[in-house]
Amino acid sequence: METESTTNGTTEAAAKPKLTAKDYASDQDVRWCPGCGDYSILAQVQRVMPSFNIPKEKTVFVAGIGCSSRFPYYMNTYGFHSIHGRATVVASGLKMARPDLDVWIASGDGDLLSIGGNHFIHLLRRNINTVVMLFNNRIYGLTKGQYSPTSEHGKITKSSPHGSLEEPFNPLTLALGAGASFVARTMDRDPKHMQDMIAKAHAFKGTSFVETFQNCNIYNDGAFLMYTEKDTKPEHTVFVEHGKPLVFGVNKEMGIKLNGFRPEIININDGKHSINDVIIHDETSRELAMIIAKFTDMQDFPVPFGVLYKVERPVFEDQMEDQITEAKEKLGVGDLEKLLFAGNTWEIK
Amino acid sequence: MEKTVEVLKSATIRFAGDSGDGMQIVGSRFTETSALFGNDLSTFPDYPAEIRAPAGTLFGVSGFQIQFSSQDVYSPGDEPDVLVAMNPAALKVNLKDLKQHGTIIANEDAFIEKNLNLAGYKSNPLEDGSLAGYKLIRVPVTRATNNAVQDLGLTAKDANRCKNFYALGITYWLYDRPLEITMHWLESKFSKNPVIAEANIKALKAGFYFGETAEIFTTRYKVAPAKLPKGIYRNITGNHAAALGILAASLKSGLPLFLGSYPITPASDILHDLSSFKNFGVKTFQAEDEIAAVCAAIGAAFGGSLAFTSTSGPGMALKQEAIGLAVMVELPLVIANIQRGGPSTGLPTKTEQADLFQAILGRNGECPLPVVAASSPADCFMMMFEAARIACKFMTPVVFLSDGYLANGAEPWRIPHESELPIIEGEFRTEKEGYFPYMRDEFLARPWVKPGTPGMEHRIGGLEKQHITGNVSYDTANHEFMVNLRAEKVKNIENYIPLAEVDGDQEGELLIIGWGSTYGAITAARERLLAKGYNVSRVHLKYLNPMPKNLGDILNRFKKVMVPELNLGQLSMLLKAYYLKDVIGYNKVQGLPFKASEIEKKAIELLTEK
Repeated sequence: METESTTNGTTEAAAKPKLTAKDYASDQDVRWCPGCGDYSILAQVQRVMPSFNIPKEKTVFVAGIGCSSRFPYYMNTYGFHSIHGRATVVASGLKMARPDLDVWIASGDGDLLSIGGNHFIHLLRRNINTVVMLFNNRIYGLTKGQYSPTSEHGKITKSSPHGSLEEPFNPLTLALGAGASFVARTMDRDPKHMQDMIAKAHAFKGTSFVETFQNCNIYNDGAFLMYTEKDTKPEHTVFVEHGKPLVFGVNKEMGIKLNGFRPEIININDGKHSINDVIIHDETSRELAMIIAKFTDMQDFPVPFGVLYKVERPVFEDQMEDQITEAKEKLGVGDLEKLLFAGNTWEIK
Repeated sequence: MEKTVEVLKSATIRFAGDSGDGMQIVGSRFTETSALFGNDLSTFPDYPAEIRAPAGTLFGVSGFQIQFSSQDVYSPGDEPDVLVAMNPAALKVNLKDLKQHGTIIANEDAFIEKNLNLAGYKSNPLEDGSLAGYKLIRVPVTRATNNAVQDLGLTAKDANRCKNFYALGITYWLYDRPLEITMHWLESKFSKNPVIAEANIKALKAGFYFGETAEIFTTRYKVAPAKLPKGIYRNITGNHAAALGILAASLKSGLPLFLGSYPITPASDILHDLSSFKNFGVKTFQAEDEIAAVCAAIGAAFGGSLAFTSTSGPGMALKQEAIGLAVMVELPLVIANIQRGGPSTGLPTKTEQADLFQAILGRNGECPLPVVAASSPADCFMMMFEAARIACKFMTPVVFLSDGYLANGAEPWRIPHESELPIIEGEFRTEKEGYFPYMRDEFLARPWVKPGTPGMEHRIGGLEKQHITGNVSYDTANHEFMVNLRAEKVKNIENYIPLAEVDGDQEGELLIIGWGSTYGAITAARERLLAKGYNVSRVHLKYLNPMPKNLGDILNRFKKVMVPELNLGQLSMLLKAYYLKDVIGYNKVQGLPFKASEIEKKAIELLTEK
């Protein structure tokens, strides 16, 4: 039975029985290394998919090349494993041609930010309604361990035995700078938070960018340990929520306040400061999102997670459809015969 | 003074001036008028890569040549009968091509010291006797134009810009062309700025009356309408025909058209045209680069669109990896490569046929795909349509080759009615019983299943596929099987394309075989050869991969096979490799099309050598 769909791919009335996470698992063996953070991302996506109430056949996962990019093979939906760096554009073309589909992009730090960097920024600028999942493990895994565009400066790898010379990209500031309309970060070791981020990203109409800190236990093991382990997580992470203060620490005793444009860490229980000094997160402020995103690169600051920025604006494919509708109204539905014989013609008898 | 009227079968005229002088505009106007007058014609716009190169320089010269005739025309003509030179540089660059005793119409006002120096003239050629072998007509075009428009209160700059229409007016008088068509065009073009329209019309008329009253023209020429096959005609460039061709294919297949493209000379007009067809439901996407353009098209193909990407040589090079993906995932995709001079940036505004290898062979791995080529501007319509037909029927990317010469050149086109065009088969499978993503039909095509089809969820990608199931497979025997299968699928298309046709005797001394835009020059050359008593046959290839299956037999029926190409012998090499025939290449790589006389000369050489 055909059901009426919105451009978001959501179905008004799904007549079928409710799907479960299992329904989204394909019949292919998952071939990631045991212990890889990718397993968690796959599990969370499969868990949260049924809640969207979208028929499986309307869902498409598109990927490029890399460990992350095997993702579509493991989802029992439509899928396209394309070429290195190009998932974003294959997905863009698909979504432009078929706004009725629910299109997802799975990509890694090399795929999305290095070889596919150009397409990534243009996707964000265009605001095509898709979810972009960045599996950031700060290393090239599939090619066996070279430094990536998110590897820290001085990274020792096979291709940088004396240390890498490049400053890493901060994917969040890069996305915000490119005009992204939804920017969030989560981690492989926090399933609940990841599910929440995926659900929020999906609910958002526009290009939703979600960075996931994902451990590569073979080539970059422990890269995010400080943020994921119980004993260090409270002091080294801050989970932002719209309308809530930026506090962190074991007892949420630490906060971040703004001194002009400069963020400062304060102890709200030190007698000099209080909770009233702390920044209240406003996900509609690109400026604030930029400041929070920068914590990632700042000494002693906690690394931010959560939805940093979220403001809807017109999506590309809707505007494309609108122009077509307007042209049809204004000029009438195209008539090939008329077009072929348009302009100055003459007859030879 | 009594002026004689001479009736000509055909004439060739070249307009030449600075790239800002509007030579392409008046050339196009002359073309339109001649087409509506009923002449057969062929045009050759030749302009520099710089939009507005410094005025007066040799490299800034822009030219537009047209041959028009009361008989069939196959090329823009080898040597112009008349050269309109708007300045010394235009004269210097173009004089070598002018026919012996040909006519020069020179704007004497531009032959001032500064321009003479820029063109490298030591003395004024209009005065030093160096043009004695030609019929030189000096016209004060700039001054006369300014006089003609002086009542309109234009700025000096705007007044000066009308001088191209003054020059056009002279040629209209010389060849007895009506003015009305151009006047209507000016009125509609400048409907928001009627003063400019009026000024240009005044200049046009002033030029025309100059021809009539000046005592310098003794002869006027008439070129009667041509006897073309019955039908309704319009004048069309290759790029415009290509855009209409792919649109027609979309409508005849019922598949929505999606174009992913990135601006590049000389292909951009296809993007422009299709962007204006929004009321047909056409989606055009100007991507951030060539790779994004083709990948978006592939995504659209997966979604069930008739996917198209248009480009030129450098863009084609960038797209190759993605085209390989399209070969692997076996989705229909049309790739138009409007060739230009290469390698690298090369000669962006000049023509060449050096991307044949790139089209047929240019990807990693064993990566076959069908390649077709248009032979004339109007032929771009049907060959584009044909590319789409093959893509959809056989589930494969198809390369359509044109070039700068066809893209911008124009000729009369007998317009086909929509009802004359065949239906293109592009069907989606919705039957899930027995479905596998890489199962095959009788044409070896896999089924096209759109996302959104319930119960048929599947994954495709660039990794090697297991036969039938389409699962990722690293099995070595399966890989070899699939490589052979993909090759066989493309080879098998030879059974669904027309056989090669020989014009002239089916066997003999000399066969000329060409492809693409050399069609006109070869046709004209062969007619001249036949007229001189040389017996020459010819084959013109529109299907380059696979080639027509009777081609080997044809080649072997001729003692000599000559292959004219605007490259260093790419078709020659393929013919040698496929058919073990020792063909003789005739090659030119100057960014210019062949002249009929060049091919004629080479053919005579081959026929008379012992």
